[in-house]
Amino acid sequence: MLAYIIRRIAQSVLVMLVVALVSFALFRFVGDPINSMVGQEATIADRELLRDQLGLNDPFLSQFATFVVRAAQGNFGISYRLQQPVMELILSRLPATLELALVSGILAFVFGVGFGVYTALRRNGWLSNTIMTVSLIGVSLPTFLIGVLLIWIFAVELQWLPSFGRGDVVNVGGWPTGLLTPSGRASLVLPAITLGLYQMTLIMRLVRAEMLEVLRTDYIKFARARGLSNRAVNFGHALKNTMVPVITITGLQLGSIIAFAIITETVFQWPGVGALFINSVRFVDVPVMAAYLMLIALVFVIINLIVDLLYYAVDPRLRVDRAATRH
Amino acid sequence: MNRFARMWDSDIAWSFRHSPVAIVATVVALIIILAAVLAPWIAPYNPFDSRSLNLMDGFTPPNVPNQFTGNTYLMGTDNQGRDIFSTILYGARISLFVGFAAVVFAMVLGIGLGLLAGWRGGWVDSLLMRIADVQLSFPSILIALLIFGVARGFIPPSMREEVAIWVLIVSIGLSDWVQYARVVRGAAMVEKSKEYVQAARVIGVHPARIVLRHILPNVMGPVLVIATIGLALAIIAEATLSFLGVGVPPTQPSLGTLIRIGQQYLFSGEWWILLFPSIALLLLALSVNLLGDWLRDALNPRLR
Repeated sequence: MLAYIIRRIAQSVLVMLVVALVSFALFRFVGDPINSMVGQEATIADRELLRDQLGLNDPFLSQFATFVVRAAQGNFGISYRLQQPVMELILSRLPATLELALVSGILAFVFGVGFGVYTALRRNGWLSNTIMTVSLIGVSLPTFLIGVLLIWIFAVELQWLPSFGRGDVVNVGGWPTGLLTPSGRASLVLPAITLGLYQMTLIMRLVRAEMLEVLRTDYIKFARARGLSNRAVNFGHALKNTMVPVITITGLQLGSIIAFAIITETVFQWPGVGALFINSVRFVDVPVMAAYLMLIALVFVIINLIVDLLYYAVDPRLRVDRAATRH
Repeated sequence: MNRFARMWDSDIAWSFRHSPVAIVATVVALIIILAAVLAPWIAPYNPFDSRSLNLMDGFTPPNVPNQFTGNTYLMGTDNQGRDIFSTILYGARISLFVGFAAVVFAMVLGIGLGLLAGWRGGWVDSLLMRIADVQLSFPSILIALLIFGVARGFIPPSMREEVAIWVLIVSIGLSDWVQYARVVRGAAMVEKSKEYVQAARVIGVHPARIVLRHILPNVMGPVLVIATIGLALAIIAEATLSFLGVGVPPTQPSLGTLIRIGQQYLFSGEWWILLFPSIALLLLALSVNLLGDWLRDALNPRLR
């Protein structure tokens, strides 16, 4: 157990170091930092002096070490484009992204499980068939197209909901939230649906498949033979046993939600981290790109680490498997 | 029995003839692909030829004569008077080119590394599969976006426009090679221990020849399925990146770029600039996706 945990953590650290190396290479090789700092009239001697002072002539490894230490402290320098410390920028936009991701994650889970159970229990009903067909289109439709179509229907034609921004926010203990104001909640609806739809279809299909599998098993037949109510069989026995893989997948999807937030935020001009990153790619704003790269990698590595360790703790078969087939 | 009759009689052809979804999907996909390939010959206008553009024709609604010039366009025109139908044909051309090229790139890379890992085993295998594991834990669109962003950083600004399309192809390809590598590795490991491979080894056939001539053909089935579904994913990835404004340069608009342009005119009521490119993208992605689904089921021996 301990050896596995240590190996797994070491692997995570290695991944982070590789990502850090890419970020660092971006800093080091994209443009000349000295050129962007000094004016035209600076002499070569001045430039060399500054280069020395900034440690740009140090060996590669010691520069990389400095970078890793500073990155670990959250110091990524100043954005080329916005002229603000990168960490400040990211932290000021993080609440918007997390709020969006959280709400759409909950939406996806609730509706995904609900529709999944319904379509599994009423396999051939017309509503089930409709839901399944729509979900197939939902999977094929790119996220951005869903967002654009929702804007068209609900913001342009019906004019029910706003199509961009976060609405009014109130500050709750340093966390600007849009959940407490009417305009904030209205602004959240379309982005949350856009972001959650794909995950919802995924969860729905998974729940449906797992439910169908479980409903065929002997213990469900036995429960029915005992005369338990449909409700107790379907929810108490069947659904409960489908939830383990569903929760794992949902956990892993959290990272995807944060990644797809890049697209949703761009479509709805949501002032989050993803929109910041897209703009940094467009304008080659290296410090922001590098910081986002590290941040997103960290989020994924942590999620995967937690899921793996939980799996290991929950499922004893894995321990045997890993020892036997070490690949 | 000639070759065609044999094909017509095969299991897969039978399954195809009995699946209306597959037939419709194939027809739709073929029509779009043909229209895109033949765009210079069937498109009524050349949207990239600025001489043929008339700004007075701008914002003409579909199938309604323009109020100044009297010209009628099947799907209307955009702000610069470009015929939407023609821009879709040319846009689909770029989307399909990027999609196919990215799939080929991912396939060659994935098959190569998968064969290497499966055949050699040992540390090569562990290293490649560790990398694959790590990459699989990130969504591929994020990987493509990150690779594209990083690559853009390294390319000097003067060259960014012209190489953008190739950078895009490599980014999408690199984000998708793992699927192929894992399947090929697994299949290669199974095939490796079979008797025909051992026999080939005993009579002294060169390992490279065994891998390419004997093992590769036997792992191509699942690869074909992944490639078909991968094509749909690559087209969507390209459209997404272009929609975000970080994909193909504006001088070569793909379907994603067209949708981005269309979105800007949504609020002023010019819905056709958005709607028709969106339908084209949806039809393309959906038909290729359905085709991939059918192929997966048809090649799956357990479902027969």
